[in-house]
Amino acid sequence: MSLMKRLSMIFRTKANKALDKAEDPRETLDYSYQRQLELLSKVRRGVADVATSRKRVELQVNQLEQQAAKLSGQAQKAIDMGREDLAREALTRKSGLTAQITDLKTQHAALQAEEEKLTLAQQRLQAKVEAFRTRKETIKATYTAAEAQTRINEAMSGIGEEMGDVGLAIQRAEDKTAQMQARAGAIDELLASGALDDVTQVGGGDDISRELDAMSSAADVEAELAALKAGNAPKAPEAIEAPTEGGILATEPEKATTEGES
Amino acid sequence: MIVRILGEGQYDVPEESLEQLNQLDSAVEAAVGAEDEVTFGHALAALLDGVRSVGTPHAADSLDESDLILPMADATLADVRTMLSGDGLIPG
Repeated sequence: MSLMKRLSMIFRTKANKALDKAEDPRETLDYSYQRQLELLSKVRRGVADVATSRKRVELQVNQLEQQAAKLSGQAQKAIDMGREDLAREALTRKSGLTAQITDLKTQHAALQAEEEKLTLAQQRLQAKVEAFRTRKETIKATYTAAEAQTRINEAMSGIGEEMGDVGLAIQRAEDKTAQMQARAGAIDELLASGALDDVTQVGGGDDISRELDAMSSAADVEAELAALKAGNAPKAPEAIEAPTEGGILATEPEKATTEGES
Repeated sequence: MIVRILGEGQYDVPEESLEQLNQLDSAVEAAVGAEDEVTFGHALAALLDGVRSVGTPHAADSLDESDLILPMADATLADVRTMLSGDGLIPG
């Protein structure tokens, strides 16, 4: 007998063994239906759990990408100011982040695939449970002992197989998610400890980060000074830029007094 | 004939395709026998692709039993061994 036939038989035997058997076959149907509904809600929870993990990884990727972008900016400024040593340090840190980001993106793809798989499993089970319910009511309504057992067995084995399959899918999804959550937890700890964002935190971190920070603000000042000297208004930071239309150029003197008052 | 791919659902497979699938099945069996994880992965993928391409999805709301149940696409040799031993296959 082929391997796959053997595997099918074992699967089916186990699936059927897992089904509840009651004295009255009609009770068996109700018991089984109850189990199906429980399994359905378990799949729904499973989908939600995987989605939560996926979102958590998404959030982490965003955080790390922001930090990587910031480090790129700092490296650029360092180069502009002729500080290759600092640029090198910023880029080194950035490459550490890039590796983490790549890893997280792989995890994200895996979680997304798992989520889709479970969602489809949920839809399949839902359709079968609904069919089972209809069949169950029909059998109970037209119940005659002679034919009932056969029809019940048919309905039960069909749904039993689906339940076995879905149960297996949930178990595997749970295992995968647990692994990833452990890793996501480690990243969260790293983020919280500041090990990943020393460089980008103003006032915080080590000497190199402080130097980078200082250099960044120095560079900003130099740029604004140069702009002023050239007769242009400084490129205002975006926070201030927003409210008035008509451009900062036209309202420059007025703006100055406003600033003085406040 | 109804074939279930675990984690994917059931397919209706026409009888005339069985010969072709049996060959793919033999390759999987040989790989399991040889304990060759890489070959097993390829052979299983080929078998499942075969089922997907010759088969059509079986009605979702049917309560029919499958004639054949195949491992999920990402199954490892260890998974198959566990299934064959009958341990821990179906939770609960």
